[in-house]
Amino acid sequence: MDVLTPRSLDEALRLRAAHPDALPIQGGTDLMVDLNFDRRRPEALLNLNEVAELKGWSRENGVVRLGAGLTYTDAMSAKLAALLPAFSEASRTVGSPQIRNRGTIGGNLGTASPAGDALPPLLISECEVELQSVRGERRLALESFLIGPKRNALAPDELILAVRVRGGLGTQTFMKVGPRNAMVIAVVSLALGVDRERGVLSAAFGSAAPVATLVTAALDDVDSFPEQVAAAASPIDDVRGTGAYRRHALRVLVARALERCLTR
Amino acid sequence: MSRVMPGTEARLGWIGESVRRVDGIPKTTGEFEYASDLQVAGMLWGHTLRSPYAHARVRAIDLSGALSVAGVHAVLTHSDVPGRKTYGLEFQDQPVLAIDRVRYFGEPVAIVAAEHPEQARRAAERIVVDYEPLVPIVDPERATESEPLHPDPESHVSDHYLRDPRPNVLRTMRIIHGDPDARGDVVVEGTYELGSQDQAFLGPESGLAVPDGKGGVDVYVATQWLHVDREQVAPCLGLPEEQVRIHLAGVGGAFGGREDLSIQIHAALLALHTSRPVKMVYNRQESFSGHVHRHPARIRAEHRATRDGRLVCVQMRILLDGGAYASSSTAVTANATSFACGPYAVPNALIETMSVFTNNPPCGAMRGFGAVQTCFAAEAQMDKLAQALEIDPVELRLLNALGTGDTLPTGQRITSSLPVAEVIRRCAALREPDPEELPRAAIRLPGGAGNTTRGEGVKRGVGFAVGFKNIAYSEGFDDSCAARVRLHEDGSAEVHCAAAEVGQGVTNVILQVARTELATDDVRIAPVTTAAVGSSGSASASRMTWMASGAVRDACRAALVEREARGGGEVDVERVYRHRRTAPLDPETGQVGELPAHVAFACAAMKVIAEVDVELGLTRVVWIGTAQDVGKAVNPQAVEGQIEGGTAQGLGLALMEEIQTRDGLITNASFTDYLIPTALDVPPIVSELVEHPEPDAPYGVKGVGEPPTVVSTAAIVAALRDATGRELARVPVRPDDIVGLQ
Ligand SMILES: Cc1cc2nc3c(=O)[nH]c(=O)nc-3n(C[C@H](O)[C@H](O)[C@H](O)COP(=O)(O)OP(=O)(O)OC[C@H]3O[C@@H](n4cnc5c(N)ncnc54)[C@H](O)[C@@H]3O)c2cc1C
Repeated sequence: MDVLTPRSLDEALRLRAAHPDALPIQGGTDLMVDLNFDRRRPEALLNLNEVAELKGWSRENGVVRLGAGLTYTDAMSAKLAALLPAFSEASRTVGSPQIRNRGTIGGNLGTASPAGDALPPLLISECEVELQSVRGERRLALESFLIGPKRNALAPDELILAVRVRGGLGTQTFMKVGPRNAMVIAVVSLALGVDRERGVLSAAFGSAAPVATLVTAALDDVDSFPEQVAAAASPIDDVRGTGAYRRHALRVLVARALERCLTR
Repeated sequence: MSRVMPGTEARLGWIGESVRRVDGIPKTTGEFEYASDLQVAGMLWGHTLRSPYAHARVRAIDLSGALSVAGVHAVLTHSDVPGRKTYGLEFQDQPVLAIDRVRYFGEPVAIVAAEHPEQARRAAERIVVDYEPLVPIVDPERATESEPLHPDPESHVSDHYLRDPRPNVLRTMRIIHGDPDARGDVVVEGTYELGSQDQAFLGPESGLAVPDGKGGVDVYVATQWLHVDREQVAPCLGLPEEQVRIHLAGVGGAFGGREDLSIQIHAALLALHTSRPVKMVYNRQESFSGHVHRHPARIRAEHRATRDGRLVCVQMRILLDGGAYASSSTAVTANATSFACGPYAVPNALIETMSVFTNNPPCGAMRGFGAVQTCFAAEAQMDKLAQALEIDPVELRLLNALGTGDTLPTGQRITSSLPVAEVIRRCAALREPDPEELPRAAIRLPGGAGNTTRGEGVKRGVGFAVGFKNIAYSEGFDDSCAARVRLHEDGSAEVHCAAAEVGQGVTNVILQVARTELATDDVRIAPVTTAAVGSSGSASASRMTWMASGAVRDACRAALVEREARGGGEVDVERVYRHRRTAPLDPETGQVGELPAHVAFACAAMKVIAEVDVELGLTRVVWIGTAQDVGKAVNPQAVEGQIEGGTAQGLGLALMEEIQTRDGLITNASFTDYLIPTALDVPPIVSELVEHPEPDAPYGVKGVGEPPTVVSTAAIVAALRDATGRELARVPVRPDDIVGLQ
């Protein structure tokens, strides 16, 4: 297996176009598991770790741009926590310190798991995904980018460059349920935001539908919101939990999250 | 790796001192060589093709596709097994490679050796097996009404087993004690269930087989008992035992899961066939099919007591799912039956246990060995009784505590030490921490890092449980351990013992005993191998410290005597230690004859504080205090390590660990979906070591590895019941059970 290591975004895009079989690899925390379990044997890997343009984050006119190579450890920084509290709290729940040091949001979007913990907090912050190829750049709402369980709208020659979210959207929180107290894939997760300025409640859940799903309502709908969110879910029974439990837990989580955000 | 450099520490510890384990630093720094790290020049890689079905007939196997893969040196099936086609610990019922039928998901069907592991895997994919799928037996309740999985009715019979002619009965066992119809003033009943737990050792099955060029083979492997491996490997290879040498390779955890063979015969077959060294390492997914598991159990219990809380009669029916092959199920059956009532004086009892064959993953030895399952049921029953009688649960246990001089339901009188009342008292006296204030960090609340509560829905509960089990092998097994001591002229000594260091710390035990006996620090441990010393017996059944201490002590003393007699010079002495004899129970009544059925016992009491989020069904175990009967702690720090690890393993069964299956197929064969506790799940554990020397044992030692696992599942679930008010009759307890769904 070859490993292609571009040193710039331009080179990365050219290599991506020339080698559509080369799988992009960032932190490798999803990809290497697949390789180790012999689930995938790509012809080559496109190592994005040396592409400076994918790293870090910036802020302009209330829009926060997070590079695809942003790690969970980066996301836990105090500055980002102030702008994107739910995203930062979600990052804290991911894996272990080792995984948080390597794992990136680009990888979380690339995998597009219904349990991806970066996805619900991004959804409640009006998230757009920046995609680029040698053909040009396009932007997709995160809702349109996630098209199914472990499926996304990435074209074979495209890379995920960054996501753009709105910072400082009221109060937010993130919660994740799992049968052990750390290092667990969400049985169900919830990001919730209360935007008093615009009078909007938004909630996005993971692991309770084929894709992470956003539900919004007017601020007045506080009382019925837990039920609304639970009703939007279509959870299944699997080895990690039952559908009935996921729906139940979602109701509890929404009620608690509202309480947290409204009394803050 | 286990070599100790003389002079690196001034004094490395004699018996009773807390000393650092000799393999501790290499394991922490990554220098320790585990079996999966083995490497020699010219070695090939072996790979196993496994059954995708839980039950199927094998009609034909076509190897041609595999043989044509580049780099492949051998593709073998059952027809290439030169000697006996089957093996097993108690019955030789397990095919080395499937013959005409597969009986469980993941059963080995063919093996491949190739230059590169990837080539071996690709070749295995190209083997075409013509299976005719059969309906799997997956419900143990219905096994005895199904077609026999092992058609020969005599294949699993033994003189000292109760005869039970029904199909798929592995062993039926019965204890009738006193008058099982005796009535009490109060009766409590319950039905309990335990899922199948995996040993989840971190080092997967692995080893290296090296042909010796003279027809024999050396197998380097992570195992629990070298000599019993050899006893099973040699006949299948068609070789005399002298031509098969088994050497211990670095073991990354065992917990019973390495008692049965894994790669041993396969790697040796490939090595002999190709005349090249062959290495095999299972991956994590494969490992879940590569070893036996803890028996899932269903237990129906009825406890009768007098108004003032004295047990009158216990009735229990225990069903164990043994899976497809016998492994050590018959001994697990005996243990579950023997310890069903818990460490209490019970004047009347009827205990009926049946283990059955199914097409579920095979079950066998795992830490606690049958006593875990019954302790969970018996202790839940004691709590129910305490509630019905309005007696404090600790008081009720004290009132009924077994002790030296009392009689077990098998009629065996306890002549050795068993301080049940003392462990209960000392555990109960441990002061638990006060409830923590709110607000607090998410990681100090149920749900942990998941940030699910700031205190909403959280209730606190206290649980208490007591458990016991036997030490060493029972029912007439001729249990021994050999040790060989060489005294050199320079005053240093070398100890050979085949005892497997599986992480439990037996290496230190051996060193500490030898240093104490020889009065020198300059003791080395020789490589652990069948080539240099007799059998040590298994690193199982909480027996290795006792047995190795006895053997090393005797060999050291004999060596000193011999040196004295010879007036100096080199001496080389081997001694075999045996514990007292036991005998089988009467097959009809489960009662002892002249000899006891068990050698000795160890008990532990445990108190648990848990917080439960009753709305989300999530748990945080806050604190655990335990008092354990350890006889004499050879290395107190290592004993505490065993208590903490054993408790964590019981916590796993209580809260999260279960092998899930659908139609016999394992659906969570990974550490993503088979969860084991993390550092955030295991609380601080306060251990009280209760030291009453065991009269028959060297230095008064007892085994310490299993009692914490036996008792902790029961104690933790008791705390959850206290917090939630729910019955929680099944482990692992799921969030659904706590919130009351379905
Ligand atoms: C022990 C462990 C614990 C974990 N715990 C969690 C958890 O709690 N929550 C959670 O959500 N996840 C968890 N994960 C999964 C994983 O860490 C995350 O999904 C992480 O975000 C993946 O990022 P990565 O950079 O490592 O991705 P990689 O493995 O490098 O890539 C993942 C996928 O994304 C693609 N990709 C990566 N970057 C790009 C790009 N710039 N453009 C296009 N495609 C790209 C890759 O081709 C691949 O398909 C865990 C994984 C492990 C091993």
